[in-house]
Amino acid sequence: MSTVTVAGPTEMPRAGLRATPWRAALDSLVVMERNLIAYRRVPESLFFSSVQPIMFVLLFRYVFGGAIKVIGFRGGYANYLMPGIYVQTVAFGSVATSIGLAEDLQKGIIERFRALPMARSAVLAGRTLADLVRNVFVVLIITAVGYAVGFRVEGLAGFLAGVGLLLLFAYCLSWGFAVIGLSAPNSETAQVMAFPVLFPLTFAAGTFVPVSSMPGWLQGFANYQPVGEVVAAARSLMVGGPGPAANHVIGTLLWCLGVLVVLAPLAVWRYRTRTT
Amino acid sequence: MANAVEATELVKTFKGGVRALEGVSLEVAEGTVFGLLGPNGAGKTTAVRILTTILAPDSGSARVLGHDVVHEAAQVRASIGLAGQYAAVDENLTGRENLRMVGQLTHLTRKVASARADELLARFELTDAANRSVKTYSGGMRRRLDLAAALVDRPPVLFLDEPTTGLDPYSRVALWGVIEELTGAGATVLLTTQYLEEADRLADRLAVVDHGKVIAEGTSEELKARLGATVLDLNMGDDERAKQALGVLAGRWPREPVLSGATVELQLDGGARVVTEALRVLEEADLVPSTLAMREPSLNDVFLALTGHGADADQSDGKEATK
Ligand SMILES: Nc1ncnc2c1ncn2[C@@H]1O[C@H](COP(=O)(O)OP(=O)(O)O)[C@@H](O)[C@H]1O
Ligand SMILES: [Mg+2]
Repeated sequence: MSTVTVAGPTEMPRAGLRATPWRAALDSLVVMERNLIAYRRVPESLFFSSVQPIMFVLLFRYVFGGAIKVIGFRGGYANYLMPGIYVQTVAFGSVATSIGLAEDLQKGIIERFRALPMARSAVLAGRTLADLVRNVFVVLIITAVGYAVGFRVEGLAGFLAGVGLLLLFAYCLSWGFAVIGLSAPNSETAQVMAFPVLFPLTFAAGTFVPVSSMPGWLQGFANYQPVGEVVAAARSLMVGGPGPAANHVIGTLLWCLGVLVVLAPLAVWRYRTRTT
Repeated sequence: MANAVEATELVKTFKGGVRALEGVSLEVAEGTVFGLLGPNGAGKTTAVRILTTILAPDSGSARVLGHDVVHEAAQVRASIGLAGQYAAVDENLTGRENLRMVGQLTHLTRKVASARADELLARFELTDAANRSVKTYSGGMRRRLDLAAALVDRPPVLFLDEPTTGLDPYSRVALWGVIEELTGAGATVLLTTQYLEEADRLADRLAVVDHGKVIAEGTSEELKARLGATVLDLNMGDDERAKQALGVLAGRWPREPVLSGATVELQLDGGARVVTEALRVLEEADLVPSTLAMREPSLNDVFLALTGHGADADQSDGKEATK
């Protein structure tokens, strides 16, 4: 056992102390890396978050699909379905932010983060960024499954733009789920709290079935709520329709901005005020 | 000597009205070990969390190396290391990854952080487990890793919250060694403990906290002199005889004997004469004790002497801070 290594107040070479945005970005990347290592090491969680959307693809494509009439839509049901599946999948994926933060609080690691000279924002930014990367993986898996069931894109550029847009949306949504994660007593409850928000948003929209098939009172909600807007935008960009992409893209970007402006400060505030 | 840590009248009330701190003041001189001694629920963890910037006090102020813990939290965080009451390490990472992450978050360069991680793993006998995820670690290994994480950037001021609770005797002695090594290198250490013996062994000065207040402060010699030294336990065999013995022994010395079941406890600050006198009196009353034992005062005796109630009386009701 050596004795010199625990030496006390010896200066160690370190980059300056100032809380610059650059510093905050580097801290966020360190936290992101830590979260990604955990995802890699617990592949079950990634596995299950892919299995669920795959089941949905198969369920809607082969079980319900035959009964669903998509009026005014060129191309088969697979093309109608897949943009919806993408949006639903990444929206569900962003619940990982709730669960992850609740778990970090529960296990006490955030207690250590709070006493370190790191940027305060890095815990949240590192978490949401890791969940973005995780969503990219899930999107890749879904794409393979979609292709197998007959999903064919209009053009690569449109497809990539659509994927980019829905990942951006999911990232913004992560900040909302961060608020839930930071308010929940534990990770199980965080998950339970997240789903009542998520279900109406993802199902009461043109995700799997045309909005025109819903009762009138629901159509208003389905047409204008954020997930409906993202689904419409992604569908226009990926498979060309129905309707022009531009309006829905702008609508989606506005929703993203709105969610971020309102919920990110709320999440940061929850992080600062939560004492246990 | 300058003070590394200074707290003035810290008050903290939690939601639900629990008054965890009711005006705690303390001073820790640079390069010394300060012990915060108190039973469960006394407010030790709350004090440590305020001093390490995790929690803001409702009122009062504190400085670490001259920096205010609320208004200059960033500077404080750069000069402290914390090993909390519960190991705050990431279960999914390996031991090495944990230490590297902390190194990077204290803004050591990647290379320095890696080297430092290896050094600490070796020092805390975790090299063999370095590449295993912490999930597979025993409780003692987690505590060691947690302590290592507190030392990554060689902070000049260390906060150790109940560092030996739950450790086996071997690890406890090893930890004592580490603390001595740290102060040998010039670090300042504030530690909390529930054991008088430990505070006695490690701390240059102690403060006894109870119900969020400092009820006594000084070196352990000073405190022990105030509290009376050794305790004589006279086991009378049964409760009835113990009560009779208490009656016979009462009113003879400045410190009254105390009844505890079948045992009468007698503080020996009057020296060995107290023993001979007690035995003579009992002999005359035909109350010869069945066994005798001498022991150092326990935290419970300290509390009894200072507050009139025992250490475990109605305090451990609240929930713990971070679980
Ligand atoms: N986050 C919290 N919320 C509510 N009460 C708390 C919280 N943390 C501590 N307490 C209460 O404050 C008191 C002091 O607790 P603590 O500082 O943990 O004591 P100690 O560390 O000495 O055991 C206890 O009654 C405890 O229940
Ligand atoms: Mg405690």
